[in-house]
Amino acid sequence: MDKIADFLAMGGYAAFVWPSFALTFLVVIVLGVTSRRALKQAQARLDLLEQSRPARRPRAGQGRAA
Amino acid sequence: MLTRLANPTRFVRLADRLLPWLIGAMAIAFVVGLVWGLGFAPPDYQQGDTVRIMYVHVPAAWLAMFGYSFMAVASFVALVWKHPLADVAAKAAAPIGAGFCLVALVTGSLWGAPMWGTWWVWDARLTSMLVLFFLYVGYIALWSAIDEPERAAKAAAILALVGAVNVPIVKFSVDWWSTLHQPSSIMRMDGPSVDPTILWPLLINALAFQLYFVVVLLWRMKAELITRRVRALTLGLAAREA
Amino acid sequence: MTGAFLAILRRDLRLAFAQGGSVGLVIGFFVIAATLFPLAAGPERQELARVAPAVIWIGALLATLLSLDRLFQADLEDGSLDLLMVGGQPGSVVVFAKCMAHWLSTGLPLVVASPLLGILLGLEPASIVMLAKTLALGTPTLSLIGAVGAGLTVGVRRAGILIAVLVLPLYVPVLIFGAGAVNLAGLGLATGPSLALLGAILLVSLPVGTLGAAAALRLAVL
Repeated sequence: MDKIADFLAMGGYAAFVWPSFALTFLVVIVLGVTSRRALKQAQARLDLLEQSRPARRPRAGQGRAA
Repeated sequence: MLTRLANPTRFVRLADRLLPWLIGAMAIAFVVGLVWGLGFAPPDYQQGDTVRIMYVHVPAAWLAMFGYSFMAVASFVALVWKHPLADVAAKAAAPIGAGFCLVALVTGSLWGAPMWGTWWVWDARLTSMLVLFFLYVGYIALWSAIDEPERAAKAAAILALVGAVNVPIVKFSVDWWSTLHQPSSIMRMDGPSVDPTILWPLLINALAFQLYFVVVLLWRMKAELITRRVRALTLGLAAREA
Repeated sequence: MTGAFLAILRRDLRLAFAQGGSVGLVIGFFVIAATLFPLAAGPERQELARVAPAVIWIGALLATLLSLDRLFQADLEDGSLDLLMVGGQPGSVVVFAKCMAHWLSTGLPLVVASPLLGILLGLEPASIVMLAKTLALGTPTLSLIGAVGAGLTVGVRRAGILIAVLVLPLYVPVLIFGAGAVNLAGLGLATGPSLALLGAILLVSLPVGTLGAAAALRLAVL
């Protein structure tokens, strides 16, 4: 228990260390999620459009969102 | 190699093949880097545990500068060689670089506050970083402000290049400014980090950030390319119906 | 080429100094903005003199910014921009002519007005001289780099605020060296290096500004 408390306290600098890491991960996650979501939405729109047009020639391998 | 990638479909296929590996490597690097930096790396004898902030602050700063350089090179390629994917790459990179720049600025303040006794110091690095952030914001704003996509792409490329000339000038001018005016307490970031017990977690975190940059870049480029294809198809449909 | 250059220069100058022109407004804004400071900061002479270089320099920056969005906009609106860019002379010459006209109608009046403001804000004579020198070296750069911002945003909505966002980070080195040199002069320190660097920045901004703005204008016209 002590070890965890010490870890969280970060030698008294907890108020600086944890917000730093929190902000970093906030930015990383928000940027990643929004980018991925934009990709998914664009892909969905493309699929919709491709379905509605008459297929003129066999589609080359379409990139799928990884 | 670049010319082979000029074809969007080929590019997307290559990206799809690389992405799973990149994401896996990135996840591992993040976990290892975080655990090592937060848990196992030693605290600094002077700064105590605040030195751990370095493990996110320094990689963020490196990536912020890398991001703008990448944008500038891509803009040059777009303008001079008219590579079709270059402007997509530059546009996609900007928010990532800007995000890292913001992280670098805020974590830098949080790191410096207990050490310097103040949240901000107008020394060379901080001022250059702040100006870099404004350059990013301007670049992103320009893309959104211009409606015609062709004009937006070329205008943004011109802006990125003019800004790229400005970056070393800012760094240079603020160095002079600092030494002429205030002998400020410039944070020596390469002071403690020569020691391998601190260098390794730093490099691993930097690798994680770099891989993250590539992954999100590829996602954003794919999204942009697909959006352009959607737009082209929509215009084609509308033209046929007319 | 010189014929076209002089023609553009003369036309722009006539427009700027004419009835509806911007010269009076720019100077007026500069003087008003600078004199707001003693009102806000209190008349304490020492305090004013310390911030005076920064205040006057920033006033010059903002006054220049205000006049930038009209640099190419008026020509776009009446169709003359198309003619200028498509005509025989290189785009960079057109831009250079317009930048020179802009400086003569904005920057130069600022340089002339600055000693008055320096006195109002309590600057020493040595500082006032340096202020005029730095503004003389710096304002042409502001016009040239500002032209890039104006060229990129011509015809775009909300161009005014966008120009400020684009161009202010690019102005930072000029501001740092310009205001810095005036501070140094006040302290009796060497100002040679700062002035030399302002000159160097001006030399760099000549090709960058004219070529960049010309490239940007071609996007708006074609």
